[in-house]
Amino acid sequence: MTNLIDLPGEEYMLPGNRACAGCGLALAYRYILKALDGRAIMCVPASCLTVLGGMYPVSSVRMPWLNVTFPSTAATASGVVAGLKALGRKDVTVVAMAGDGGTVDIGIQALSGAAERNTDLLYICYDNEAYMNTGVQRSSATPKGVKTTTTPVGGKREHKKDMAGIMEAHHLAYIATASPAFPDDLYDKVRKARDMRGTRYIHVYAPCPPGWLFHTKDTVNVGRISVETGAVVLYEIEDGAFRLTGLSKEIADFDELKPLTTYLECQGRFRDLDAATIEELETRVARRWDRYVARDEEADA
Amino acid sequence: MASRMAAAADTEVQIITGNQAMALAAKRCRVQVVAAYPITPQSQVTETLSEYVAAGELDAEYVNVESEHSALSVCIGASSVGARAFTATSANGLAYMCEPLHWAAGARLPIVLGCVNRAMAAPWSVLNDQQDSMSQRDAGWIQIFARNNQEIFDTAVQAFKIAQTVSVPVMVCYDGYLLSHTVMPVDVPSQEAVDTFLPPYTPHTILDPADPRNLNQVTLADPRENEKGVLCHGYMELRYLLEEALEQARDTIIAVDEEYAAAFGRSCGGMLWTYRSEDAEVLLVAAGSLASEASVAVDALRADGCKAGVIGVRAYRPFPKQELIEATAPAARVLVFDKSLSYGNEGPICGDVKAALYGSGSHPAVHGYIAGLGGRDVRAAELAEAVRRDAAKGAVAPTEWINCRI
Ligand SMILES: Cc1ncc(C[n+]2csc(CCOP(=O)(O)OP(=O)(O)O)c2C)c(N)n1
Ligand code: SF4
Ligand SMILES: [Mg+2]
Repeated sequence: MTNLIDLPGEEYMLPGNRACAGCGLALAYRYILKALDGRAIMCVPASCLTVLGGMYPVSSVRMPWLNVTFPSTAATASGVVAGLKALGRKDVTVVAMAGDGGTVDIGIQALSGAAERNTDLLYICYDNEAYMNTGVQRSSATPKGVKTTTTPVGGKREHKKDMAGIMEAHHLAYIATASPAFPDDLYDKVRKARDMRGTRYIHVYAPCPPGWLFHTKDTVNVGRISVETGAVVLYEIEDGAFRLTGLSKEIADFDELKPLTTYLECQGRFRDLDAATIEELETRVARRWDRYVARDEEADA
Repeated sequence: MASRMAAAADTEVQIITGNQAMALAAKRCRVQVVAAYPITPQSQVTETLSEYVAAGELDAEYVNVESEHSALSVCIGASSVGARAFTATSANGLAYMCEPLHWAAGARLPIVLGCVNRAMAAPWSVLNDQQDSMSQRDAGWIQIFARNNQEIFDTAVQAFKIAQTVSVPVMVCYDGYLLSHTVMPVDVPSQEAVDTFLPPYTPHTILDPADPRNLNQVTLADPRENEKGVLCHGYMELRYLLEEALEQARDTIIAVDEEYAAAFGRSCGGMLWTYRSEDAEVLLVAAGSLASEASVAVDALRADGCKAGVIGVRAYRPFPKQELIEATAPAARVLVFDKSLSYGNEGPICGDVKAALYGSGSHPAVHGYIAGLGGRDVRAAELAEAVRRDAAKGAVAPTEWINCRI
């Protein structure tokens, strides 16, 4: 794994942007851009990332960036891929990067289409588990029990959609999950995906202080706890071969998950959970963890 | 005719459908990216293009998208990096593109779209009227109607040139089935001739890591300084520039049609075309194949001693205001036949004709007629009959529906 101090010093995110203090997306984005070495075209739909990019005529990134309609990220990116191919340009990675809402809800059709066509692009979903840009409404990536502005009483009633699982069903060359709390793991995955062909998908969990209700100094902490408790599992699937990575792999091999309540209690959005829902979430996380560990062992064997 | 023969060495007559004419034009224009989704009566356009690509006759990326929203989005992406992009659709497909239609115009991308005009559901109808493209008239696209298969080909070739000249996308509209599925002889210019007519597309802005730009960003209402202190446009100025481009497109549409006539011996009429209109006391106005049908009605009316003529609306956006004022000057009555409706008001072309003439000094009575919705046949005799009935109407009359048996 790349050591943090070995990450390129080159910055593609310019000083000053419009993300909130402590934004997990902003943190992730910085490492993603480093991993791309500036040789990419970003396609970005309406989201917090649009805001982060800045308002005309100034931009907060040194990277060609195409803003696109909210539902069309993977389709517009497919067009960029097709256009570059038609023009004979092979030196640029096309990256589509959208929020959870733009990926798991309104953009899922375009993404599934692009993935089915095995379009040569890297799709990164940053998952802050709600529609943050429009004021913290629930998305189908919001976990059960979370209070949002559209699930104000009793929290969301349905479980989170497993988007990486859905992408796995598209049999892509590369699928990974990542977290900005582990920039080395994130960097390596983006770098690996960058150098592959076909559709590659990375699901980045992006803690969000105002949406999740935690202090801006705790972003990395919350991200770390999410992995320590199994709420987020770091893995990659390369040509169908599953393996746990980073801290998730360490926990599987040498340790055990911390209680999920550590994660639920470190942020305000789960504050109204009742005991039954907590138990349900715990069971789900534990079962899923066992499945991932079994898959990882299978691959080791 | 003489000029047509002059160009004959470079052309080949093919007996083809309107859809094939459209696909062939896209091929002659060397489109680099094609993305479309099946819908009747458009499907044949993209099937034909995919055959060209599969056979190696057309060097283009053909993207089999999963929806029309994605079809146009692919064109937007491709055009943004400098590739010539084409799509085609009809009715619900065009409606499904509504969001990227506005986007493509705002982003000033010279995409060409073949709109095979079809009625909007509900209820389902695969047959022709013009509600689909009319409903998108305010999206910021240039819209041009073709009245026969030859014009579909010629207009499509012209469309690519117009689009890249003014950086505005162009919708080439033609009637479903009546043209899309009807075979007609079409003079097809050689590849070399079209290459000479249509220069390659050089985009106004390019996405390139060597010169990173952020395109279509959030833009504030007021002008704002960039990092060098230069004041740059606000949203309103950018929209003004789009409107200015559509206004300038009038000259471009006329000039490109003239250049086309010089190269190929055929003109489509520029902003509009007329038939026996010079001394006409009554004028029939329509777009597409309905205007051709009106020409047949005019011949019958003239034979009866009625001085009638036709104005065929070719460019619908930008709207041929000045040309209409001039063409209607001799007429006492203007009958506008719309194959669509701005519900709760009147036919869109009718409303636009009235607005164009208002205060212009040309003050014929303008009467609206709705015809041919959902594929209802419109015969020349019915149009002629409407003209005869119309004589009894006063200056202002309610919109009349032709052959609506209610
Ligand atoms: C077609 C369409 N519908 C709705 C919107 C409004 N909208 C803009 S951003 C957004 C939420 C984005 O949520 P997500 O993708 O999760 O990104 P986040 O804001 O959380 O970063 C919504 C609903 C839009 N721009 N376009
Ligand atoms: S709302 Fe959340 S994701 Fe959006 S900018 Fe703020 S911290 Fe980042
Ligand atoms: Mg979100």
